[in-house]
Amino acid sequence: MLGALFMLPAALLLLMLLAYPLGLGTWLGFTDAKIGRPGQWIGLDNFSFIIGDSLVRLALFNTLFYTIVASIIKFALGLWLAVLLNEHLPFKSFFRAIVLLPFIVPTALSAIAFWWIYDAQFSIISWALVKLGWIDTYIDFLGDPWLARASVIAANIWRGVPFVAICLLAGLQTIPPSLYEAAALDGASGWQRFRRITLPLLTPIIAVVMTFSVLFTFTDFQLIYVLTRGGPLNATHLMATLSFQRAIPGGNLGEGAAIATAMVPFLLATVLLSYFGLQRRAWQQGADR
Amino acid sequence: MNTAVRPRIRASAEGMGYLASTPRRLVTLWLPLSIFLIVLLFPFYWMAMTAIKPDAELLSRDGNPFWVANPTLAHIKHLLIDTAYPDWLWNTVLVSVSATFASLVCSVLAAYAIERLRFSGSRYVGIGIFLAYLVPPSILFIPLAAVVFKLGLFDSRLALILTYPTFLIPFCTWLLMGYFRSIPFELEECALIDGATRMQILWRIVLPLAVPGLISAGIFAFTLSWNEFIYALTFVSSSEVKTVPIGVVTELVEGDVYHWGPLMAGALLGSLPVAILYSFFVEYYVSGLTGAVKE
Repeated sequence: MLGALFMLPAALLLLMLLAYPLGLGTWLGFTDAKIGRPGQWIGLDNFSFIIGDSLVRLALFNTLFYTIVASIIKFALGLWLAVLLNEHLPFKSFFRAIVLLPFIVPTALSAIAFWWIYDAQFSIISWALVKLGWIDTYIDFLGDPWLARASVIAANIWRGVPFVAICLLAGLQTIPPSLYEAAALDGASGWQRFRRITLPLLTPIIAVVMTFSVLFTFTDFQLIYVLTRGGPLNATHLMATLSFQRAIPGGNLGEGAAIATAMVPFLLATVLLSYFGLQRRAWQQGADR
Repeated sequence: MNTAVRPRIRASAEGMGYLASTPRRLVTLWLPLSIFLIVLLFPFYWMAMTAIKPDAELLSRDGNPFWVANPTLAHIKHLLIDTAYPDWLWNTVLVSVSATFASLVCSVLAAYAIERLRFSGSRYVGIGIFLAYLVPPSILFIPLAAVVFKLGLFDSRLALILTYPTFLIPFCTWLLMGYFRSIPFELEECALIDGATRMQILWRIVLPLAVPGLISAGIFAFTLSWNEFIYALTFVSSSEVKTVPIGVVTELVEGDVYHWGPLMAGALLGSLPVAILYSFFVEYYVSGLTGAVKE
């Protein structure tokens, strides 16, 4: 009884503003709701429309490309940075604090800084490359489809690497150093120690961290909204930005909700993949759970 | 004796890097580490440089763009006097503090109920809370906009204060559950025998012991609220109720000529409060971040 009373505030808020909207969102996807007009049930029309819509398919491709490329690079760089920070360093906690800064500041604001860095006329990167004599004309980072994709991915990696690195660092610190010493005495090289000790012991936390990282990246919105608004030629439109564009400025709530709902299976697949992957691992290692 | 042993233990606890020679460490450790740090910090440096650079220097391609010849506060002054920036800053503070406080209250009660009162089904509630944490705002904002509209909260700060806890409560509850679990329940049993009520136990025994957890959850919730973008973009439209990220993105960007000075000043001023707060509580923040992932 008391338990229910204690749960009440959180439960009320989450049921009203999380569970109910989640159901409502799915329902809206099956209606032709517009802003200011409740929708009629139209069955699968929205979904068959968005499957046939080439822009939605492009957005899905962009989202998958963005997520896969950014996640792989974030993982590689994050793991590297974590290993570096795990070394015996002076001012270690200071370094760790600084590394996390890109993750702390509002993404929308750091994205504006990247917008300025990628500016077609005054880009500091172009300036430096011209001075070095590597290029002749300024690069139009956000004007060319593939360059724009690479640019937004780079900005996403910049923000995501600290998160991956700091979480993996916490995992690295739980590995007993005696394992490395034993391996070193047996003549294992640095790479072998990393491959045979660090990686296997770190796998569970890598799975969890990368699941979160993939979820955040797949549903990313702010970075694209600030940097490109989906352009050029919709080359950087993600599912989230497209659903916003159709629903809020476009007023087509039903269609926007359908696009957002279409993201759910991908998210579920990611979570289930990592969950069952971890379970199988635990079973292989002889855990009772 | 003790002092002689300690350095060796410390070195072994931090990998075997001490075995490598200095030139080797320079290439494998310090070089990549400095490149990482330079790349990670450059955008902040660039933000700060642009914010204090006069327009003439900003738009000229001569000279060294990495430095400022005549620093100026004109952009910051313009931002604080000619725009609604102070309002946005105040809104962000107000919304973040209120949402964090409300989430902490709800989360403390919920986490205590799940961990210690153990009502029937509390395990499933715990799992449900974790699943709620995985629901991303970008699939929730459209129906939530409909709900906010129906409640008559559209274009108000209250809309943000009420909706931010939807992603804060799951996280805070999950984090606090771990903290409460680490507090020995014998303490509570003693208090129960002495006739304390559950509320008294929570207030007098559990909370004082869980202060580090509360700070972790609070600081994390605060930065998440300060960072929030898509809800604020959707639920709020008049300038007086916008938050900093929304205000900067929607109102300082006007026409085809971008005023980079004020824009960067806005980005810098909007990042500073949360960065300063973070710098005071780094350890708590990191333990919150890693604690939530490790569970």
